[in-house]
Amino acid sequence: MIRFLIPLALCLLMPASRTAAQEAVTEFGTGPTPLLVRSTTDIGIIRPVMEQFAAQNPDLTITYEQWGSNALFQHSKTACKTGDSPADAVFSSAVQQMVWLVNAACAHRYGSALTQALPPARSWRDELWGITTEPAVIVYNKDRLDDLEVPRSRFALLDAMRTRSDLLRGRVATYDIAASGLGFLFAYGDSLEATTFGSLIEGFARIDAVATCCSAEVIRDVARGRFLIAYNVLGSYVANAQDPAVGVILPEDYTLVLSRAFMIPKNARNATGGQRLLDFLLSPTAQDLLARSGLVARMDAAETGLAPSARRFIPLSPALLVASDPNRRAKLFNLWNDAFDVETAR
Amino acid sequence: MVRPPLPHSLTARVLSAVMLILVLGGVLVGLSIWANGRLAARQAYDRLLLGAASDIAESVRIQDGQPIVDLPVSAFELLAQAPDDRIYYAVRGPDGRFITGLDPDTVIAPPQPASQSAQYFTADLNGEPARFVRVPRLFAERDFSGEVEIVVGQTLLARRAMTAGLMLDALLPMAVAGALLLIMSWFVTRSALRPLEAMSDDLIRRDPYDLTPVASDGLPRELQVMIAAMNRFMGRLDRQVLSMRNLIADTAHQLRTPVAAIRVQAEIAQADPDSPAGRRALDRLLNRTRSLGTLLDQLLSRAMVIHRIDSAPRLPVDLREVALEALEQSDHEVIAPGVEVNLKIGEDPVWVRGDAFSLGEATKNLLGNALRHGKAPVSIGASLDGGRAVLWVRDSGPGPETSVSARLGDRFNRNAGSREDSSGLGLSIVKSTAEAFDGTVEMTRTDGGFRVSLNFPAATEGPGA
Repeated sequence: MIRFLIPLALCLLMPASRTAAQEAVTEFGTGPTPLLVRSTTDIGIIRPVMEQFAAQNPDLTITYEQWGSNALFQHSKTACKTGDSPADAVFSSAVQQMVWLVNAACAHRYGSALTQALPPARSWRDELWGITTEPAVIVYNKDRLDDLEVPRSRFALLDAMRTRSDLLRGRVATYDIAASGLGFLFAYGDSLEATTFGSLIEGFARIDAVATCCSAEVIRDVARGRFLIAYNVLGSYVANAQDPAVGVILPEDYTLVLSRAFMIPKNARNATGGQRLLDFLLSPTAQDLLARSGLVARMDAAETGLAPSARRFIPLSPALLVASDPNRRAKLFNLWNDAFDVETAR
Repeated sequence: MVRPPLPHSLTARVLSAVMLILVLGGVLVGLSIWANGRLAARQAYDRLLLGAASDIAESVRIQDGQPIVDLPVSAFELLAQAPDDRIYYAVRGPDGRFITGLDPDTVIAPPQPASQSAQYFTADLNGEPARFVRVPRLFAERDFSGEVEIVVGQTLLARRAMTAGLMLDALLPMAVAGALLLIMSWFVTRSALRPLEAMSDDLIRRDPYDLTPVASDGLPRELQVMIAAMNRFMGRLDRQVLSMRNLIADTAHQLRTPVAAIRVQAEIAQADPDSPAGRRALDRLLNRTRSLGTLLDQLLSRAMVIHRIDSAPRLPVDLREVALEALEQSDHEVIAPGVEVNLKIGEDPVWVRGDAFSLGEATKNLLGNALRHGKAPVSIGASLDGGRAVLWVRDSGPGPETSVSARLGDRFNRNAGSREDSSGLGLSIVKSTAEAFDGTVEMTRTDGGFRVSLNFPAATEGPGA
């Protein structure tokens, strides 16, 4: 059975007194106009970008709220229907949820030269824009795992989990698909590549893999040697951690590439501020800063050694609505749970 | 203040007519293109909708007595062919139980009664107009039986874009063709009107006193008619100006001598009124003034005749009446007292087309000449001779000398033999009248005397016809 670390993580992260769903709040700038930003991105990673934005817009006081993706989705949905405490800008890594919100007419339309310049897969309806480039990677502990032994594709990972199950037992981590919208999105992405997904889950179950919620903690634990391998971790967090003990692999069979989706809620109180933030995030300055934070990865073959055919961009398109389908989700959860039930039954 | 409207130009009229036709045609074709484009877009995207709905319907299966949807990505990729449109989908079981869908809270109700086949309908989706399809699927399983309803919908952005695209594709070439047609019609109109412009230029450059005919060579038929009419008009004007000039010259010329003579006689009479020479001079003075009166009459009559020949309408005239009037009005008792004039006319009218006044003046002159120069008895008559209408005057004398009749009709053919009360204008009037009405003057000497006749083509009908 997978052990769930979320309660522990939540306890570590949140002061006991905080009852709201957001995990952390930071303010940037001291201007008269408030701008409320809700995001799933760790404040620590986005901080330099937000500080730069605050410096360029001294009239704004930016309240940056960091949320879990599912909580953010539920809150945005409610805000859209009731108009209750809307944000001025929302960006989330769980892009299927953002697509759902835009499809439900919860977004504000906007267009500028910078948004028009985005490739079609990174914008939808002029209401949703992809602002980052982040691959889903396998990370490993360099001290414990030899470069040669490292699985460079899912097939190699499957083989490793079969042949070296003793070494890896309890020491492989992946996202919990129920707790994290991003985890679900990656699992959904994998499930579309049906050949390996089923066996991968079975493999995880067999070696008592750990399902967890948060990239930062997983990477820290990999660095410490608590986990040897973590599967489907956001590359940006690895790059940001810059821990010499952590090695990164872009799976050679295919690598999912995510672009965090940005939207301005339709009932935003300061939609103009949201638009300014969007244009700033798409500007070369911010993209540079994001690249330094690891949120914009260079995906060309020269940098990554990854064949172009192995790159799987997750496009912002209505097809992502399938990922939010209740039956589809139930099926994926069943598959997930069934696999581990089979394991526990043994 | 009302400004007088500019006279419209032919080019502008033709162009505006062409433009009107083009615009009307364009609007009609545009409407039809729009309707066609809308239909095409609707059909194309309705097929996508149906395809997606059928895909979803196919993916419904029964598991543990419950319908489960294994939502196919392909269905949504079909729908994503309209990349910017919002999507709605819902799968409901019997009694409207929600099985799966976008959002259980958003309910789009299909029209009632529900049919057993695919049904399209239009409704609002989150405040935006959208097109939906409802596809039912019937199950008859051991543990589940009934109908599962799939509703898939999509907003209309792509359909509108496609309609607009189709319309633009069709309208652009049309607009270009329309512009070309307009340019072409401008050129055509210009080239068609060029002769007219050339003619106008020609007329503008023309000396206002130049009454010579305008050349009509190489001009279109329509213009030739106009030019011919104009040339006729200018010819008449030219002739009238000429006759006016002649009248003035004649009058001056004719009056100089008699007036001088009158002055001389008057001076003689004044010098010694009681002497026989003075009385003789007074007699002559009387004669002179009388013949001056006749001369003035003739001058005016000739001027009038020549003017009327050009301007008076040709009407049917009975030559018998002309002869009768000439006889009645003629003052032959004054000219030749005691001479009897016989009128010889028949029962039937002698119709010609002409001007009664001119004919009457000519006849009076003929009669006057016969009375003055001929011998009694004098006859006047009118008759039909074959196809010709003849008005004649006959006397019993030998007629004038051959040299006189040869110069018939010249102005001032006064010769040595002319008496002082004759101006020689009488025959000029006769000749002009005859020529004006396509007739001739004939002089015949017979044993019984001398006959002058005016021969005209006989008119077949009278004034009533």
